[in-house]
Amino acid sequence: MGRPISVKALKGSRTFTANTLLALILGLPILAGVAGVVLPAFGYLPALGRSEFTFNHFAELFAQPHILRSSLTGLLAGLVTTGAAVAVVGTFLAGFAGTPAFSRIQHVVSPLLAVPHASAAFALAFLVAPSGFLVRLVSPELTGFGRPPQWLVPNDPLALSMLAGLITKEVPFLFLIALAALPQLPLRQSRQLTAALGYGRLIGFLVSLWPALYRQIRLAVFAVLVYSVSVVDVAIILGPQLPATLPVRIAQWTADHDLGARFLASAAALLQLGVVLAAVAIWLLIERLGRFVLRKLTYSGRRLRNDAVPRLVSAFAMAGCAALIFLGISILGVWSVAGLWPFPRALPAELTLQTWLRTLPPLWPVLRTTTALALLSAALALFCAILLLHRNGAAERRGNVPRYRLLYLPLLLPEISFVFGLQILIISAGLKPAFWSVLAVHFLFVLPYVLLSLSAPWREVDPRFERIAAGFGKSALRTLLTVRLPLLFRACLTAYAVGFSVSVSLYLPTLLIGGGRLTTIATEAVALSSGGDRRVIGVYALVQASLPFLAFLIASLGPQLLFRNRRAMRT
Amino acid sequence: MIGARKIVAAAMLAFGLAGEASAADAGNWNAVLAEAKGQTVYFNAWGGSENINAYIRWAGGEMKSRYGVDVVHVKLDDTAKAVATVVAEKAAGKNDGGAVDLVWINGENFAAMKREGLLFGPDWATKLPNWRYVDHETKPTVLRDFTIPTEGLESPWGGAKLVFFHDTARTRKADLPDSAKGLLTWAESNPGRFSYPQPPDFTGTSFLKQVLIELLDDKAKLQRPVDDATFAADAAPLFAYLDKLTPLLWRQGKAYPQNYPDMKQKLADGELDIIFAFNPAEASSAIANGELPDTVRSFVFSGGTLGNTHFLAIPYNATAKAGALLVADFLLSPEAQLRKQDPKVWGDPTVLSLAKLAAKDRSAFENLDLGIATLKPDELGPALDEPHPDWMTRIEAQWIRRYGAAN
Repeated sequence: MGRPISVKALKGSRTFTANTLLALILGLPILAGVAGVVLPAFGYLPALGRSEFTFNHFAELFAQPHILRSSLTGLLAGLVTTGAAVAVVGTFLAGFAGTPAFSRIQHVVSPLLAVPHASAAFALAFLVAPSGFLVRLVSPELTGFGRPPQWLVPNDPLALSMLAGLITKEVPFLFLIALAALPQLPLRQSRQLTAALGYGRLIGFLVSLWPALYRQIRLAVFAVLVYSVSVVDVAIILGPQLPATLPVRIAQWTADHDLGARFLASAAALLQLGVVLAAVAIWLLIERLGRFVLRKLTYSGRRLRNDAVPRLVSAFAMAGCAALIFLGISILGVWSVAGLWPFPRALPAELTLQTWLRTLPPLWPVLRTTTALALLSAALALFCAILLLHRNGAAERRGNVPRYRLLYLPLLLPEISFVFGLQILIISAGLKPAFWSVLAVHFLFVLPYVLLSLSAPWREVDPRFERIAAGFGKSALRTLLTVRLPLLFRACLTAYAVGFSVSVSLYLPTLLIGGGRLTTIATEAVALSSGGDRRVIGVYALVQASLPFLAFLIASLGPQLLFRNRRAMRT
Repeated sequence: MIGARKIVAAAMLAFGLAGEASAADAGNWNAVLAEAKGQTVYFNAWGGSENINAYIRWAGGEMKSRYGVDVVHVKLDDTAKAVATVVAEKAAGKNDGGAVDLVWINGENFAAMKREGLLFGPDWATKLPNWRYVDHETKPTVLRDFTIPTEGLESPWGGAKLVFFHDTARTRKADLPDSAKGLLTWAESNPGRFSYPQPPDFTGTSFLKQVLIELLDDKAKLQRPVDDATFAADAAPLFAYLDKLTPLLWRQGKAYPQNYPDMKQKLADGELDIIFAFNPAEASSAIANGELPDTVRSFVFSGGTLGNTHFLAIPYNATAKAGALLVADFLLSPEAQLRKQDPKVWGDPTVLSLAKLAAKDRSAFENLDLGIATLKPDELGPALDEPHPDWMTRIEAQWIRRYGAAN
């Protein structure tokens, strides 16, 4: 408006150059990954001697049996998972944030994030199967089952067991992200205000704090949505099989002995991208609807004081998720020391340390590599995320669209095709598979998650602190180091722990970029899980979960130790 | 400065030449031995079984102490991942210095790599010193991998034969089926207690092949690629059979086990009563590991069951070709093959001919305790030949179309 246009342009171009540099460093590998998906879909893959552009592979894809149903199952499962996880976390926060029970449960739930998805799914499968733990507990005494019954669980066609697995794993993730955002909200004041106005706890939180909180966790919600629409391992273990969801079928086509199936897989990967975008679009509609309903509710002025039942339900749902994973992991722990354990025995016939003794010694070097990769990639990602947010934070507050959305692409695209593109780029660049190239790829996958967990709290820091610092004549860097980062210490640690656990769980990027030179817990665990031996899976699940568990432990204890004397910073 | 640069260039040239020279020639074994020393062989092999992994660790230790060759087991969940690596390298023009040195392979993966020119050749397998012990006379699958001639592009490692397992505590020996047709009758009186891994799982498609071979009149057809004109008629008996069998399967065919270890778990869980695997010693080693009760026993169909061989191959762009040749040869040695066949170690049948071995080695093989649940070699029955890979591709596609949406 009144401002001279040239200044605005100048400012724009300065942010642009900083971002151009980052775009070059980070964008090139991402674009290579994208090319690895898009080009083969249109028939271009010279390694297999095909370089003519064609739409045939899409025709072939749509001629595949039940392709529509596969796509829809994944889409719906993703939407339901996200909806349920948001509902559970939202009502739980609304009902309990600020209470003593809340701080207790937050310490219990955080480590659940550390349990790898596949292990949690395996554990759940063993819990609910007709020959599984729960049926064994009551068989044959109560059920009369000398043999397991023929119930179609897991792998039920409605994907209910898959939904249960996904929801139990996504709730802790969203919860943790919400926890990192919570200190930025005027929780106590709002509680007092709404209570004084006679609102029930739930509705009081909903009308006063939820919109601000949701804005902060929104990116994480989308990450949950995209993840659960694209999930492969959980879907293989718990999901419907006939037909399987689209991501599972893509994984199968990619692993097909017929190398020509790669074209089909790439075309399907683009379809999957479409499914992901459709899910995002539907979620945006759901958000609008939610906003509308909340507005109606707010203007209606209803106080809804009798909310004991929904609060209880949310507490049960939250505790249920935690209990399910804990029980599952404990039973995997029992499996890791089990000898023969036939149906219907509720406990193994004999216990033995054989599996641990055989599995653990070769694991030490593997653990070293895994930890080194995770520590470094998470540190790099955190550093880079802080840099990005610092540079772009101001622009974003003015309502400009930040230019690093590109960095989220690794989350949106099917991993296998993306990594295949990256692999070609890295080999073409003449890089040998080595620690550094694997680290770089880990960084690429870790960064979006770190960015995701950090960007919302970053935006919500009260700008007045920095204005005061600037008023004292402190430099931007000084303000960052002495004001902003200490304020965000907890959020940074959480982001670091999230990055750490993402790195620990990366399988395909480690295997394909590492060319087998680097062995991590994830590559060992996935290879051994393909053998389906619950004893070995138990050992690996415990070992793999223990690493991020430590990271989250440090993330949750760190602030308490560092800020012993500052009560408001400890939570 | 210039001097230093020249030295670097010379060194690079030398390494480049060394890379070229690693077109190692199995015919000149002393050169292979010399060149292999100090190399690291990245052995890409399925890593789903602790037994097999431990065996590969042992072999790696021996290679290190005897020949100074380091062996690194790259554990895969699927051999196709190794194929993908080589494809990516070829796409990027990396025609030497590749990441995969040796790969455990057979069937369709071999056919694909051979077709796309991704294998080291020409014939090196029959030039290995230990090839002289290999039984290529009575085991035709050593030379023809799923009907595709191996042409020495892969070296045999072990034998495989489809063998069924049951728990004598639940299923009486007298009731067991003796053919695919018999299995159908058995399933009628025992609904929900048989299944097969969902195709395209390797073991699952093997079951389909077994039925196809048993039900097809003109079996010679299967050795040739599919004839489009007669395929529908040829496959009709198989699908008529499956139409009858599917509702009698575990979960009425609305879900399938993921793979054969999953079936093994389901036998222990009491979900399944008859399972099968490609390793005749599977049950014995599972009993030894506490995965199956010691009442489990093996059986085969008297008309024969599917048999094949699994192999080791070297990608065309492998870095340590000499080392890979040496590992392939060591794994073919009577010593390594004997250890592999011991069910306490792995239990994988040898590809060697006992008649060709020295007396001491022969008696060691003959005295091997194959385990309580393993059939003796003469009880294993005839081996049926694998059909041409073309058949499986077509039948898999049909299977998915017919049974892929059972829910």
